[in-house]
Amino acid sequence: MSLLQTTGVTSFYGDFQALYGIDMCVEEGETVAVIGANGAGKSSLLRTLTGLQKAPLDSIVFEGRPIGGLDAHHIVGLGLALVPEGRRLFPSLSVEENLRIGAYSRRPGPWTLERLYALFPILGERRNSPGTALSGGQQQMVAIGRALMSNPRLLLCDEVSLGLAPVVIKDIYAALPGIKATGTSVLVVEQDVGQAMKVADRVYCLQEGRVSLSGRSGDLTREQISRAYFGI
Amino acid sequence: MDTFTPSIERSTRASQIGLVLAVLLLLAAVSAPWWAERSSQRLLTEFLYTVALAQMWNLMCGYGGLLSVGQQGFVGLGGYCLVVLGLQWGIHPFLIVPLAGVLGALVAVPTAALLFRLRGAYFAVGTWVVAEVFRLLVANTASVGGGSGTSITRTVSGIPAWWRESSTLWLALALGAGATFAVYALLRSRHGLALTAVRDSEPAAQSLGVSVTRMKWLVYIASAAGCSMVGALIFITKLRISPEAAFSMDWSAAMFFVVIIGGIGTIEGPLVGTVIFFVLREFLSDYGSWYLIVLGCVAVGFMLWIPRGVWGLMSSRFDLRFFPVQRRVRLAPAPTRGVTAAPVVAAATGDAA
Amino acid sequence: MSEWINTLLQGLLMGGLYALFATGLALSFGVMRMINIAHGDFAILAAYAAIAIVEPLGWNPFLVLFLVVPLMAGFGYVLQRVILNRTLGQDILPPLLVTFGLSIVIQNLLLVQFSADTRSLPAGLLGTASLSLGGDVAVGVLPLITMLVALAVLGGLQWLFSATALGRAFRAASDDSETARLMGINNRHIYGVAMALAMGIVALAGIFLALRANISPADGPLRLLYAFEAVIIGGLGSLWGTLAGGMILGVAQAIGLKADPGWGILAGHLAFLAVLVVRPNGLFPRTRDR
Repeated sequence: MSLLQTTGVTSFYGDFQALYGIDMCVEEGETVAVIGANGAGKSSLLRTLTGLQKAPLDSIVFEGRPIGGLDAHHIVGLGLALVPEGRRLFPSLSVEENLRIGAYSRRPGPWTLERLYALFPILGERRNSPGTALSGGQQQMVAIGRALMSNPRLLLCDEVSLGLAPVVIKDIYAALPGIKATGTSVLVVEQDVGQAMKVADRVYCLQEGRVSLSGRSGDLTREQISRAYFGI
Repeated sequence: MDTFTPSIERSTRASQIGLVLAVLLLLAAVSAPWWAERSSQRLLTEFLYTVALAQMWNLMCGYGGLLSVGQQGFVGLGGYCLVVLGLQWGIHPFLIVPLAGVLGALVAVPTAALLFRLRGAYFAVGTWVVAEVFRLLVANTASVGGGSGTSITRTVSGIPAWWRESSTLWLALALGAGATFAVYALLRSRHGLALTAVRDSEPAAQSLGVSVTRMKWLVYIASAAGCSMVGALIFITKLRISPEAAFSMDWSAAMFFVVIIGGIGTIEGPLVGTVIFFVLREFLSDYGSWYLIVLGCVAVGFMLWIPRGVWGLMSSRFDLRFFPVQRRVRLAPAPTRGVTAAPVVAAATGDAA
Repeated sequence: MSEWINTLLQGLLMGGLYALFATGLALSFGVMRMINIAHGDFAILAAYAAIAIVEPLGWNPFLVLFLVVPLMAGFGYVLQRVILNRTLGQDILPPLLVTFGLSIVIQNLLLVQFSADTRSLPAGLLGTASLSLGGDVAVGVLPLITMLVALAVLGGLQWLFSATALGRAFRAASDDSETARLMGINNRHIYGVAMALAMGIVALAGIFLALRANISPADGPLRLLYAFEAVIIGGLGSLWGTLAGGMILGVAQAIGLKADPGWGILAGHLAFLAVLVVRPNGLFPRTRDR
């Protein structure tokens, strides 16, 4: 049984259809990447998985349980956490408070403040600063840490490299093995194809709301990916 | 590729019928003093000035996006113009009505300067505070009757009864129909388009060069002037004024009720709403406070489940527009081509979303 | 001279009552970004509920307080979840107009049930007792108690917001309600809790009002205006600013009243408008306005 299985997921923004039936899965322990151009539906997919957008109940199955269309605050409690696009830290909360609120759903697990500060030491130093007073890369660390505090079985990362310098991106992705060591599987959404291929075991490419390509990252050629990415 | 010549058209079938209907109704109203009973005339007068108030509130809120619960401040101001300009300066009461409008507009200027420091819901409560300040200032001024008010019959005592009743009706007609057509004209103009743009999205409108501030000022001052004029008219009919009656929250409650139930952001809405308001009042007048309780519950219910009001519901269902403010593009094939193609009609809506 | 000091003290202590009125309003502004027009009316409703129990049964009003406040809090939770949550969204109109309608309904229901005659709660000895501060200067005991209660409430709320998970949830939901959901926060429930708190506090305010003054069914709206003014004068987002705002309002009214009986309330409104001109963001603003 896969950790996460989607069958024919559709998603709408009002009258506009963003997803036209996505079939994908994430196995336990895997790192899966979802790539695609702007507007391909990557963020819509993540928002639908986490309950911010509605989907039919059976179209998304997590740990054998159908979760499509459930309330977002309920889904976090089931072990599916999102690092949202653009970080979206809470400006009224300090760094530490942002991290602590990630644990609101009180799921048991290995992640604690100490463990996070060990993973991202800079956060420990700035723990009392307002969340938004940090640099982009540091904010991204807080956002990831915040999601980890809910002890997810599956961590969804929406474009964590957006707007960050390559050196910073390297540091952030360097934390991935530490995250996976606790048994969390990861799904990353990326516009940066190279980065995605480097960290992922398998890749899905979205194009205009549909899966245009999928496979093991080692097996796919550049040309295949370009074609699927741009829909040529 | 075929060439099409676009033409802009505004009227719809419904609006053409509506135009005929409107003319007939207006003629009936104007001639009412000759065929209608006194009490019916009074009811018609009240109906017309309620329409005027509702259009003013709708202009501010439904089109201008400025929610005010303090328009009663200007209604009262207009009423007290009768006391000062009429009782004390001896000006003819029917002349005072337009003068009240001017005064209302003048007072609106510093008031807006103050209130526009607040936004959204805070602005709304701020307008209430301002109305209260007006009321308290008047209540503390002995020369206009202070807290207990004063009678203003003397201002109209020189005028024969028939003329007084008829002129009041005609004035109410001028205000009610005038407000409706003024709003209609405004919305058909480029200012109206700008207003709709501001209501839909301020940043977008600004980026296109619309001065959002100027629009808001325009709407606030126009509404203030309108409410002041109506206020003067109202107290000509009531002949006794007091701060509590002049600056009563009931005026705002009536405006808000009429517009919400009728249909906010449409010109037909206030008309429909006023009809419903008067019908409800007829049925519930014997029940005192229960009338207001029912009114309040109905308004709450509408806001929760039928936010676009009766007219909003009907016009989207049947695509009716009696006062067309949208512009529709009709593409007719160019005459030189031999190919005939069905004309493509695309409507650009200027109406409430 | 001591007359003026007494006036000043009276005004400052009045600020305690105004702060109680204002805090509930500030809470719903802060968490739900919603103004409850019926806010003052709920205070009066609570006061009448207390009167309805005290008059026939003769219980001590201070004990009835412990019954009415939780009841009103529960009512607030239900009201938020059943009706007011439906009005929240991008548009400011629905919550304002729904609560405006509620205000009218409550005032008239109270009118039907209790008539327009003024009533009050019997404060007994506490109502007339005063504490001498030396010379001719004295303060009323009841106003003093009201101020102490206000301070306790504000302190409690401050602690709630800064040191508890619920307080963090309030702040997070207020900042970004969508991301708050991703944290596992059930916004609908959180808003209900915030309204329950606001309602409980305003019930407290209503009861203390009825202990020191006569009330009538139509008194709600004026209390809303006072609460609103206190919040704006103090500055949005600051709890202690609300206290300061209440005190400034109280002092302005006390001075106005002393100058001329008809000028009490007006002086308060004018003070508010003056602050609006000079410091539109209030004296101690904290939040960035959305």
